[in-house]
Amino acid sequence: MNDELKHLSTRVTKGLMTRRDFIGRAAALGVTAAAANALLAQTAQAEGPVKGGTLRIGLAGGESTNTQDPAAAASSVPVTNLRLWGEPLVNTAPDGGLDFRAAESVEASADAKTWTFKIRPGVEFHNGKTLTAEDALATLQRHSNEDSQSGALGIMQGIEDLRADGDNLIVELGVGNADLPYLMADYHLMIQPNGGMDDPTAAIGIGAYTLDVDEPGVRHTFKKNPNYWDDTRGHVDAVEVLVLNDATARTAALQSGQVHLINRVDPKVAGLLDRAPNLSVKSVAGRGHYVFIMHVDTAPFDNNELRLALKYAINREEMVDKILRGYGTVGNDMPINAAYPLFDDSIPQREHSIEKAAEHYAKSGHDGSPIILRTADGAFPGAVDAAALFQQSAQAAGIPLEIKREPNDGYWSEVWNVQPFCASYWGGRPVQDQMYSTAYLSTADWNDTRWKNEAFDAKLLAARSELDEAKRKSIYAEMGRTIRDEGGLILPMFNDFVDGVANNVGGWIEDPNDQVMNNLASVKCWLTA
Amino acid sequence: MHPILLLVAQRLALGLLLIFAASILIFAGTSILPGDVAQSILGQSATPQALANLRAELGMDQPPVTRYFNWLGGVLQGDLGTALTNGRDIAESLSSRLGNTLFLAFWAAIIAVPLAIALGLIAVRYKDRWPDKVISAVTLTTISIPEFMIGYLLIFFLSIQLPQLIMSLEFLSDGVRGWLLANLRFSSVAMMNDSMSLVEKIKSITLPIMVLTLVVLAHMMRMTRAAILNVMQSAYIETAELKGLGMLRIIRTHAFPNAIAPIVNVVMLNLAYLVVGVVVIEVVFAYPGMGQYLVDHVSKRDVPVVQACGLIFATVYIGLNLVADIVSILTNPRLRHPK
Repeated sequence: MNDELKHLSTRVTKGLMTRRDFIGRAAALGVTAAAANALLAQTAQAEGPVKGGTLRIGLAGGESTNTQDPAAAASSVPVTNLRLWGEPLVNTAPDGGLDFRAAESVEASADAKTWTFKIRPGVEFHNGKTLTAEDALATLQRHSNEDSQSGALGIMQGIEDLRADGDNLIVELGVGNADLPYLMADYHLMIQPNGGMDDPTAAIGIGAYTLDVDEPGVRHTFKKNPNYWDDTRGHVDAVEVLVLNDATARTAALQSGQVHLINRVDPKVAGLLDRAPNLSVKSVAGRGHYVFIMHVDTAPFDNNELRLALKYAINREEMVDKILRGYGTVGNDMPINAAYPLFDDSIPQREHSIEKAAEHYAKSGHDGSPIILRTADGAFPGAVDAAALFQQSAQAAGIPLEIKREPNDGYWSEVWNVQPFCASYWGGRPVQDQMYSTAYLSTADWNDTRWKNEAFDAKLLAARSELDEAKRKSIYAEMGRTIRDEGGLILPMFNDFVDGVANNVGGWIEDPNDQVMNNLASVKCWLTA
Repeated sequence: MHPILLLVAQRLALGLLLIFAASILIFAGTSILPGDVAQSILGQSATPQALANLRAELGMDQPPVTRYFNWLGGVLQGDLGTALTNGRDIAESLSSRLGNTLFLAFWAAIIAVPLAIALGLIAVRYKDRWPDKVISAVTLTTISIPEFMIGYLLIFFLSIQLPQLIMSLEFLSDGVRGWLLANLRFSSVAMMNDSMSLVEKIKSITLPIMVLTLVVLAHMMRMTRAAILNVMQSAYIETAELKGLGMLRIIRTHAFPNAIAPIVNVVMLNLAYLVVGVVVIEVVFAYPGMGQYLVDHVSKRDVPVVQACGLIFATVYIGLNLVADIVSILTNPRLRHPK
């Protein structure tokens, strides 16, 4: 590398020079803009991780009501805290595989009913206690017993028996499940000493950082855990998680260098923000999706022709364009996209068609009374605008859609899963089985489309214990088609995770599992200047 | 008993009654909101089983009247209880939040109140001439812009544009620019914690102080101006003028003391606003004050915390108004010595 350029690029990372100026100077030295940008990225990534420094991360999704109890975590800040101080048995790796944490390896019986996790030896909790299979056992018990208030209660329901045997934790299932290890990657299931039965909020885990200051809704600071077992994580000395719920405050903090990372960059400003010096906007395709859901057992949505009419009436491209500003992809009325393993890309994409919508609407014999769609700002970002776009394109097909705007407050208890037609979102799950079992199985607690189809349930169970991947894939494809053509789900778009990252953050990788590298950026990234 | 003491005692008793009434109103308000605490805590993805478990644990299955009186009993013994949502001691979490709120309000008031009164006096002195018009125009403009907008504008110019401007001053050496960057730093995030020194704390809240000052300035300035102009019409001012006193002296010794009551009233009103009404500013600058704390707990239906915050806000409001009343009595000889 040219010395002059090298000097200039370090000046950029120190904030003494803007990126635009740098590219200008580089051009004067005969380097193209693309090469200059690559050079900058290189300087930030340097060679391998750099140790030390304090990483500051500004996040939306923290409230003064938050606690450190893993069972209660639901929003980004508590989840990020859990990721810092705790580790579950496994993480879902960015490539869709497994990243072993508290467990060192896992083995399944041939029918996928019995799973044996080998607990990693020589790992210490922050309080000095050595990690044992009993701790892991107690943790899973706490999240699955009868008085559990855990957010993980739903995914623990298929477990028949749990036991510890020496270094092994053995999970027995009623019905075989080839994806069980992915369920154990759930962020609620942080291994705690004695399962956190004594003090669930103590924030004692086996994670790379120990909790220092805990001010819910304001900030949480962490120090490096000197006894952490894995040298490939935990590069910075200290991490500060700042709660910045206001979108403008968040972007301003990143721009002015007060934080290194932010989540949920507003798509409306993402393009502009990316032009700022010293930072870049990272958009990662994930599994989360924005939806309009109909109860298939409630009139008029019990009529599949009407459901199809609405599915054809929605203009998906326009939604991705105007609501997500291009930070997303079109959906196909099934909750699965290419980010899932075993996705079948031969299923045809449903296109916006006024004619087909009108045709199905005529066939449905709907009496022409207004069809009420409930929405709220909090349903998903841009939900009110999206509903208005939907109304317009439905109007063009002669479908009388009427929007009823609901307050954000109480939306999830009074409207979602209660009213027959409303806007909502899903965060996606690591594997297809989990997504379908969470919301499309007849008996699922969160079956928000009231989708009850015996043949579908049977296929789901068959796929679950099927270890032949080709067969599994074809069963999932059939299920996807059924939901797409008969289900109560209108899924116009999958949203990307849009994060802001300062140039002096090294180690950033795309992780489709959740925002900010599956909330692990503060554990996996390092600071170069 | 001295009539003033009697009056103050009466006011105090009335204030307590008002606070009690406010607590009932807040409780009733939180009870009629849709949704419940368990659903709000566990979120969209909660299972019915988990909801039922949590509701039972929180005692939400008891009737509201029972819950209200249980809470009231605790408060009378000085126990604000624990938050339903995270089980923390309310008095403890609240005291640091209240401290922050008062800290911000104090520094904003220290700057805004003298400035507003001084500007009001200047406006009177140069009535209808350019200083008066400039002061009125500027303060009325800043009060008319929504406070979050002023906040965003200050962040944009001072936190983001200023460092870039300094960076682009290429004729300065790196050292000078580095020094300027470090010292002319307006933090867009108003961090506040115990490990900071007083100077660091004040630096950290420079922008919120500026916004609040701009927001409350006009009201107090205009009232000062109006009250003094009103007094200036009186015969005794004309006498003073005829005696040959200077304008500033007349305002200071003759007009101002007689205009104190309305000014104090409006100052107290604005102080109350600085304490109870700045949640928007707290959000914009991520400042850990009471407002954000209250809003978070309202959205989770955490009634004990909402009650406690409401009680404190009501007390501040009623208390400051009480002070305003008493000050206007003390500065007014006719009220001080009633026949």
